[in-house]
Amino acid sequence: MSQAPTSARFRENARAALDDASLQTALHSVRRGFIGKRAAARALLPEFDDLRDQARDIKDHTLAHLDLYLEAFEAQVIAAGGRVHWAETDADARAIVLDICRGAGAKTVTKGKSMISEECGINEFLETHGIRPVETDLGEYIIQLRGEPPSHIIAPAVHVTVPQVEATFREAHGDLDPDRDLRSPAALQREARRVLRRSYFEAEVGITGANMLVAETGHCVIVTNEGNGDLTQSLARVHVVMASIEKIVPTLEDAGTLLRVLARSATGQEMSVYTTFARGPKRSGDPDGPEEFHVVLLDNGRSRMLGTEFEEMLRCIRCGACLNHCPVYQTVGGHAYGWVYSGPMGAVLTPSLIGVDEAGSLPNASTFCGRCEAVCPVRIPLPKMMRHWREREFEAKLAPKAMRRGLGFWAWFARRPRTYRRAARLGGWFLRRLAREGKVVRLPFGGNWTRDRDLPAPQGQTFMDQWKALER
Amino acid sequence: MSGPCVALFVTCLVDLFRPTVGFACVKLLRDAGCEVEVPEAQTCCGQPAWNGGDRKNARAIAQQVIEIFEPYDYVVLPSGSCGATIARDYAEMFEDGDPWKERASALGARTHEITAFLVDVLKIDNLGRALSARVTYHDACSGLRSLGIKQQPRKLLASIAELELTEMADAEVCCGFGGTFAVKYPEISTAMVSEKTGSIAATGADLVVAGDLGCLLNMAGRASREGRAFRARHVVEVLAGMTAFPPIGESK
Repeated sequence: MSQAPTSARFRENARAALDDASLQTALHSVRRGFIGKRAAARALLPEFDDLRDQARDIKDHTLAHLDLYLEAFEAQVIAAGGRVHWAETDADARAIVLDICRGAGAKTVTKGKSMISEECGINEFLETHGIRPVETDLGEYIIQLRGEPPSHIIAPAVHVTVPQVEATFREAHGDLDPDRDLRSPAALQREARRVLRRSYFEAEVGITGANMLVAETGHCVIVTNEGNGDLTQSLARVHVVMASIEKIVPTLEDAGTLLRVLARSATGQEMSVYTTFARGPKRSGDPDGPEEFHVVLLDNGRSRMLGTEFEEMLRCIRCGACLNHCPVYQTVGGHAYGWVYSGPMGAVLTPSLIGVDEAGSLPNASTFCGRCEAVCPVRIPLPKMMRHWREREFEAKLAPKAMRRGLGFWAWFARRPRTYRRAARLGGWFLRRLAREGKVVRLPFGGNWTRDRDLPAPQGQTFMDQWKALER
Repeated sequence: MSGPCVALFVTCLVDLFRPTVGFACVKLLRDAGCEVEVPEAQTCCGQPAWNGGDRKNARAIAQQVIEIFEPYDYVVLPSGSCGATIARDYAEMFEDGDPWKERASALGARTHEITAFLVDVLKIDNLGRALSARVTYHDACSGLRSLGIKQQPRKLLASIAELELTEMADAEVCCGFGGTFAVKYPEISTAMVSEKTGSIAATGADLVVAGDLGCLLNMAGRASREGRAFRARHVVEVLAGMTAFPPIGESK
């Protein structure tokens, strides 16, 4: 596994995130950007919501026939001269990738951005086996140097401020002129580009992810804004694609539909700067391309989600819109979620992949405001699925005892109207006794409420009592 | 001619904290020609159990609500959140083929948040009232996203003479209440509600109104702790002209 999950400590992680002034600065500056850009892109495309329906239907159809399309994809990759490796677990995927790297005699591996490689912890694994992984996506490169996991599925270094990047680069690129000006994002980008350029030519193996796998043709599709994915997959002698099984789509036409909602939802672009379709190794007569082409298909718990209340989560195309629009994510950032995936999609997917006993806090850390579902390009009902996790937790008695008891206590009253009425009367009286000038400043049993806010006191008798008195 | 017979679902928060909201609903409904009943056996809609993962209790409470409210033409509530529970969630609590599912759907179709009921069902767009106030409106999440309540309260507020409505930045962003969320994750909730009170204050409005008492208790409670100048009321208090009572969390 990539990082040991800390999802069970979400609350502590979140507290630390709130106290991290630099993180808060980074989160604030990001908040506006993504949301405004998506809204503008959507406004320019009147059929956007219809496309979302189509995108949802394509993914639902694919998931209903996943075995068929996966086998069709495999046949196409083989026909093009490539190989497909089936990895049931993350450990299987690591072993397969290591084998390929060893076979290629690799000392350096370049990497395009891939959440599946994060899920499998490929970097740490290769390092322990003496192979140097080099992330080539700027954000991934930054966090690799900082020794951090990504905090966002499409903007992995979104938690890092420009001055922090400058400090990281000065430390990592010690051989460069110490007096150089690195204050602007453009200067940082130029430097990363220059440094990374060397790695592309050194690497024996290039690993990329895939935004989509096309069953009818065997194409692996990646979208990037930096072109780093293309250099990674075409300059190394061996290209390895790491993708999870639900990335499959039936046809190129379907891929086109999904691409129309993907970039708009993610960054507000109509298309990402580079959209690349790779299929098999270099053919005779091709001017460039890899000599070997491998696709590692990862399951890692996904097939177990099929046919359950979580199946719809497998429609996810990893655009990040739900993270960008989530007020909880905006407040605490991605690292608080404690594993690879964060925000609403992480709150649903993480318990599926690492267990609800470990990640049960995540689906609880939501106000169910519904903004994630409202922007999802494939219309995943994220709040509903978070509630399903809460049900699983409740049934397995994993929810905190105080919460379970409190709920049970309250429900007992709610089911007995006359007793409820008396309890409300008593509760109201009690709160009014505690109140000064219309509010309660400190609640004996509700410290979490009154720590940072007052509790407005009840006005007087309950509505039902007043109503009854009037009726008489 | 007599109007429809409407059952008022007071909601547990209004019953306990803010009876004025219930009376404002009665006034608005009666002014609109409805016959208003307040079924005595009502308690809560069951949302805390449903969102807490306790399907068994949620279902039992839903059955109780369905039985109590089925006889009326409409169910009207001063809450988009409880409204969404009845109108949207109840049907999901029961399996296909269970007769309760149909009863839940039937009741759900006749259940409305009050501003949506006045505008969409009764086709009222002018209340013929006046109130000199600078107001901003917070869109409570469930009402907005589950029931599509956005223009209805604004239309009614716009009909009030001398009332100036100023939109805040991010009116559609959650205030951080989220039922038990506010006590399960108090630090995150505080950060969220502080953003909200900041947005409200930035409009220069002297009153924030919303359609859900949960959000209002949260926003008013935080604003009070921060010493903000604005006050908070449920939107129906303004719409019914019942602003003589102290605002939420105030004694005068």
